[in-house]
Amino acid sequence: MSILDWFNKKEKPEQGIKKLDIPGDLWVKCYSCNSVLYLKDLVANSKVCLECQYHFRITPQERISYIFDHGSFTQNENQLKSIDFLNFSDTESYKKRLEKATKKSGSIDAFVSGKAMLSGQAVNVGIMDFSFMGGSMGSVVGESITRLIEMAIKNKLPLLIFTSSGGARMQEGILSLMQMAKTSAALSRLDSVGVPYISILCDPTTGGTSASFAMLGDIIMAEPGALIGFAGPRVIEQTIRQKLPKGFQRSEFLLEHGMIDMVVNRRELKDKLTLSVRLLSPKFSGKQGKR
Amino acid sequence: MIIKPLEFEKPIHDLYIKIDELKRLSQEGQVDLAQEIKKIETRAKTLKKEIFAHLTPQQILQIARHPNRPDSFSLANLICDDFIELHGDRHFRDDPSMIGGMGQIASHRVVIIGHQKGHDTKENIYRNFGMPHPEGYRKALRLMKLAEKFGLPIVTFIDTPGAYPGLGAEERGQSEAIARNLKEMTGIHVPIFSVVVGEGGSGGALGIGVANRIYMLEHSVYSVISPEGCASILFRDTDKADIAAEQLKLTAKDILELGVIDGIVKEPLGGGHHDWHCQAENIKKVILKDLASYKRKDTKEITEERYEKFRSFGKFMDESKTIKKGD
Repeated sequence: MSILDWFNKKEKPEQGIKKLDIPGDLWVKCYSCNSVLYLKDLVANSKVCLECQYHFRITPQERISYIFDHGSFTQNENQLKSIDFLNFSDTESYKKRLEKATKKSGSIDAFVSGKAMLSGQAVNVGIMDFSFMGGSMGSVVGESITRLIEMAIKNKLPLLIFTSSGGARMQEGILSLMQMAKTSAALSRLDSVGVPYISILCDPTTGGTSASFAMLGDIIMAEPGALIGFAGPRVIEQTIRQKLPKGFQRSEFLLEHGMIDMVVNRRELKDKLTLSVRLLSPKFSGKQGKR
Repeated sequence: MIIKPLEFEKPIHDLYIKIDELKRLSQEGQVDLAQEIKKIETRAKTLKKEIFAHLTPQQILQIARHPNRPDSFSLANLICDDFIELHGDRHFRDDPSMIGGMGQIASHRVVIIGHQKGHDTKENIYRNFGMPHPEGYRKALRLMKLAEKFGLPIVTFIDTPGAYPGLGAEERGQSEAIARNLKEMTGIHVPIFSVVVGEGGSGGALGIGVANRIYMLEHSVYSVISPEGCASILFRDTDKADIAAEQLKLTAKDILELGVIDGIVKEPLGGGHHDWHCQAENIKKVILKDLASYKRKDTKEITEERYEKFRSFGKFMDESKTIKKGD
C-alpha cells in the first residue's frame, strides 16, 4: 500500500453496517455513498440508492412487494420450527438465539416460501431472510426449500429462489451440512420434469448455501454488488495472507468468471424474471391470467 | 518408524520405550526378563484400552488429523489387489489433493476416489493439506461418471479439513463445483460407499460424500465447520476450539446417534496411525460386504435409496408439535 492509498482511503465513505444517526424514519443514509435519502423515495426505488445504485438488504416481504403482482403471494402453510437438538451453546444458547431472531424478524425461520403471480404467471417462490440468524440453513430452512422444490415438481410451475445467507447453521452441526445435499438432491428431481429453476443471488450468498441450491439454477441472476462465494473474504485473507483485490467475490466478478448468467438491477428484476420464465416455460400463461 | 506420541499417548509410549529397553537388556546381558516384559506389555495394553475408551472429542480430532494417519491413496492400494491411479478433470488441471482410480477388491471392480493429505510438510504442500480446488471436485465427478458408464461401484474416502478457501478456487467456482457434485451424485446409477477415514470437513467433505452407505472410522470426525472456524465465528475466540469441538458433536459416535452414518468401522487399538494394514483390512471387510449385497440391486433401487436417505436428514418441530425426524 502506498501512502497515497492511505490518503484516498480516508476520503472513502465508511463501509458496512453503521447505525443511522438520523432521527425518525423519514431519512436514510446510504451505506455505500453516504447520501441522505428520503425513505419514501428509496422505497419507491425498490430500496436501491438513487445516487449510487447501492442495493439495500431487504426483507422477504419487501421483495415480494417489489417483484410480484400486488397481493398475489400466498405463503406455504408448513409451520416448521427449529429445535436445539444438540443443546448448542456458544456465547449464547441456540434456543435463545432462535427466540431473539424470531422477535427481531417476526418470522419463524430464515426462509419464506409460497406461490405468487409474476406478471400474471403463477410461480413457486422461496426467499431467504438474512435478518434471521444470517439466513443460515438449518433443518427447517433445508426442509422448507426441499418441500418447495417438491411442490414445483408437482405443480410444474417455475421455481424462483432468492438467496441471502451466510451458509449452514453451525448450531445444528452435521445435520445442517446435510441440508446442502438434501436440497441439491431435490433439484436433481426437478431436472427430470423440465420445470425451470431460476436462482437469484442477493447479498450475501456464501458457504453452504452457495455450494448447494444457489449455484444450481438453470439460470442464475445476481443483484449488483452482492457478495457471493464459497468461503468468506475474511477466511480467504487469513488463509492466503494477502489483501483481496477490489470487487473480489462480488456479482460482477462472478459474471466475469462465467459463474452466473447476469447481474440485474433490482428495478429491472421483475422484467428480466418475467422474460426468462416466459422463454423457458412452453405453457407460459402470463398476461392472459390463465393457470 | 518412531511416531511422535500425542500428549495423551505419552504414558503408553513411555511403557513401550521401557519394553524396548528391557528387550535390549535381556539380549545383551543374557538376563531372562521375559516375565517382566510380558507384565509391562499387559499393562501397556490395559492402559491403551483404558485411554482409548475415554477419548475426548479434542483427542479424537488429534488422531483424525494425525500426520501418520493412513491416507486415501495408501488405503486404496492396501485394499485393492490392483489399483491404477487416474488423473485430471479435463478442464483445468490435475488436483493432487483429490486422488482417484480404478481397482479390484477380491472379485469386485471399483472406482475409488478420496481426498489426499500428506504425511510431512513437503507432501502436504504438494497435496495442499488435502484441501481440493474446484478441479478436484470436477475430477471426482468425472471419475464417478466413468464408474457409472462401466457399471463399477464407487468408494470414496473422506479426509479433508475442507475445500480450499483461496483466490483461484473462488475464481473457478468452488461453490459451483461442490453443488454440482451434490446434485449429480444423487442420480449416479451405481452404488456409492463413503468412508470418513480422517477429517470430514464441511462442504468439502460432503462434495464426495453423497453415498448409499456412509461409514466413519472409529477415530474420525465429520463436521459442518472446523472447531477452529466455529470458535472464531460463534465464540469470537479461537482459543475456544476445544469447547467448539465438544459442542459440534463431530465424533463417529455422535454422528451415528444423529442417524447420518450407517456404521462405525473399528480401528486397531491405539488408532490407525500405528497400523495401516489393520486399518485397511477393517475398511475392506465392510466394503466387501456392501459390494456383495448391492450386486443384486437395480439402478432404480440404488438411486431411490440414496435419495431417500438424504431426504430424511433434519430435525425440527412440525405443526403437530412433535419432534420429527425428516419426513
